[in-house]
Amino acid sequence: MSFEAYPLVSDWLNAHDDRLLIHTGKVDIGQRISTALIRIVQEELSLPPSRLDIAPVRTGHAPDEGITSGSNSIEQSGRAVAAAAATVRATILDLAVSRHGGAAADWKIDDGFVHRPGTNLRLDLIDLIRDLPPDLPIDPGRPRHVPEQAPLPAMRGIDDMVQGSFTFVHDLDLPSMWHARRISPPHAKATLRDIDQTKIENIEAKGLQIIRDGSFVAVAGAGEWDVVKAATSLGLACTWDQGGGLPETDISAQLAPENAERFRVVDGTPQNGSVPAPLDAPDMSARFERPYQIHGALAPSAALAEWTGDTLLLRSHSQGIYPLRAAIADSLGLTTSQVEITHVPGSGCYGHNGADDAAFEAALIAMARPNTPILLKWSREDEHVWEPFAPAMAVQVDAKLADGRIIAFSAEAYSDTHRGRPRPGPNRAGPAKLLANRFRAIAMDAYVSPPNMGTHAGMHRNLDPAYAFPDKRLVKNLVRGLPHRTSAMRCLGAVANVFAIESSMDEIARQADADPIAFRQAHLDDPRACAVLHELDRRIQARGQLRDGIGRGIAYAQYKNVMTRVGVAVEVAVTDTAEVRLDHAIIVADAGRVIDPLGLTAQLEGGFMQAASWALCEEVRWDRDGIMSRDWDSYPVIRFDNVPVIDVVLLNTSDQPSVGAGEASPGPTVAAIANAIYDCIGLRLRRMPFTADALTQAALEI
Amino acid sequence: MGACHAVSVSLTINGTRHDIASDLDTPLVYVLRDELKLKGTKFGCGLEQCGACAVMVEGKAVLSCVTPVEVFDGKEITTIEGIAETEIGQRVQRAFVEETAAQCGYCTPGLVVAAVALLENTPTPDSETTKRALTPHLCRCGSHPRVLKAIKRATTT
Repeated sequence: MSFEAYPLVSDWLNAHDDRLLIHTGKVDIGQRISTALIRIVQEELSLPPSRLDIAPVRTGHAPDEGITSGSNSIEQSGRAVAAAAATVRATILDLAVSRHGGAAADWKIDDGFVHRPGTNLRLDLIDLIRDLPPDLPIDPGRPRHVPEQAPLPAMRGIDDMVQGSFTFVHDLDLPSMWHARRISPPHAKATLRDIDQTKIENIEAKGLQIIRDGSFVAVAGAGEWDVVKAATSLGLACTWDQGGGLPETDISAQLAPENAERFRVVDGTPQNGSVPAPLDAPDMSARFERPYQIHGALAPSAALAEWTGDTLLLRSHSQGIYPLRAAIADSLGLTTSQVEITHVPGSGCYGHNGADDAAFEAALIAMARPNTPILLKWSREDEHVWEPFAPAMAVQVDAKLADGRIIAFSAEAYSDTHRGRPRPGPNRAGPAKLLANRFRAIAMDAYVSPPNMGTHAGMHRNLDPAYAFPDKRLVKNLVRGLPHRTSAMRCLGAVANVFAIESSMDEIARQADADPIAFRQAHLDDPRACAVLHELDRRIQARGQLRDGIGRGIAYAQYKNVMTRVGVAVEVAVTDTAEVRLDHAIIVADAGRVIDPLGLTAQLEGGFMQAASWALCEEVRWDRDGIMSRDWDSYPVIRFDNVPVIDVVLLNTSDQPSVGAGEASPGPTVAAIANAIYDCIGLRLRRMPFTADALTQAALEI
Repeated sequence: MGACHAVSVSLTINGTRHDIASDLDTPLVYVLRDELKLKGTKFGCGLEQCGACAVMVEGKAVLSCVTPVEVFDGKEITTIEGIAETEIGQRVQRAFVEETAAQCGYCTPGLVVAAVALLENTPTPDSETTKRALTPHLCRCGSHPRVLKAIKRATTT
């Protein structure tokens, strides 16, 4: 837990001028953690939001909370900040009593002041906080003070966002700063043979600098457009050894038991030892697949680096500034105290995108030109081609039925690793996971991650169905050596696993001629899950008869089996050209006590839209010569012309702890869309994405 | 480019005339961001595929990441920094805030510009018209439903 490593109030809360600064190691990546943290402190201390702010998230200053991922921010940072604020509340009341008398109950905290009704004693809360001992420990046992009504804070930064004055790392502009661009190899197997010397001289004659370390090549200069043009011309001046090209592997065939390291999964945790035999003569058997997909951040990755000759100062939109600092320091032979990384927002990232790689590359360029701030920006093509992809997955589901109920259920997941982040570890794991280290003169091999044996982690996240089946057989199959670098993307394995399980539930319910919601409820022993489905059913009934040509599908999952419970219903139509049109959606969620209802709703809706894009549009394509998905035309994503009306319902379970929701809706969304397509046209889509071509192909296979 | 005679471009941006020093082939977005330090207009793709770089040119939303600055010579351009100079601009910005129509905010300036251009030409667009006008714009956080609500709100308040 975060506050076990950082046990002092002052690790999390500090008076600064007339404001209270909240320290966190979690960063805003569009999930509004800063807004939620401000609300937590605002509730506890009755401080107006204008007197609260989030401290810059910088190594050496912020708590080290690892990576901002896994929908953990509210449980980790949120819990620590809440406990620190509760401790502050109790302690300042004691302080007021010791200084001015009375009992703690005689004092009230209101609107930034501690006052004693009936007297003119009115003390500024932040002045009192300034007087707290710096070594005051957090008392985790303090009950939280939650007012019945507190005004909702506006989303932090939104005023600046609509005015164009919100600063992204891309917008930094320091005096004497240079811009930089990298020269991408044609593909991951290529190595640089030569650069045309005449072109080099032409570029250098314009006052630009070329940086080369093995096959890592970049160009830097004062003017951004000059650098962009030089990068194009330098790219054309490079000749590459192709190294046999990219393997044109049939991934679907590779995702098979004979290629895998296999683990039985019990209660969400992989076990060493033998894997149980498959179900004998299953009544239902189907395989589901997801292709490689990209995070596809709207802003290509960027970073600002400056090397002072002694210290490397970096600004990055990385989700994990401390692990990145360790990986970069190790790569460059520096101590961690010589590297300082400050988080500056990028665009939404949805997992491990190019941010860390761009930060390291900016550092390599900056080291070649000391005392010059270097703003490196990846191009759109760099981001599409070189970010770590979400791994392709396959999930085999088998089930046995008796009397219309499932009596045995088997799910086997197959994929490459979801763990590509540059975390420190054995065999210089951190540096080995930074892209440029594969291309530098002293090149490192691609890192082979050990199997993730964590509970509900990696590919086996949500492999364990929420249902109380009498017999469950769950298997994780780690397949390595596949063609592409892969890492964490929003939900990890939960997308493919929930797609597979909830498509299967739909298929089995139909075989049993059962209502899909009642069929699920009959297999659930979790009353909160049943309540989510009950509310979903009520909302569906309220919509009345479906119009002609519209199909409806539903799905349910609880993210990581312990976080937010989500039921999704989707209504779709299929056009004459086999395009799936999203018409209407309902999302019912139980996230425990809700801190920021708007933020929660936005996360659930956003998760729906991203999952709809994965479900309907997205697939990385490649051939021998390289990745073919290089921009938004060759890798289409969902656009405004296919946005349904989405009704979000948050169940009121304010007596339950808050749990993360940033990744709760995507899995059920993909499955609900697949189930809706079946309901609409009778075709069972078992491979994402459900494009017009896929629908046409499925129709031909009937 | 004309080395033998001086060629210069001037733009009126948010009501102020600027003589441009950048090379004539520079796409407008780099002139705005680097020469004029107007960082609100975002670069997303450089291919006119994502809409992050939209600005308003004589009442229409135009993508600024490909077309060279010389093509805009003499034109009146409104960027996100100047969008609040009209009542519609203020209304759209207010509606985006009231509907919390952003997550990471990177697509937001382009969407605000597109929404203002839409409402200046079509004061009460139906839902299909709005969706069509926004289809050149990508949002990867999935704020689409809130953006559509914000534009609806801006037409009715």
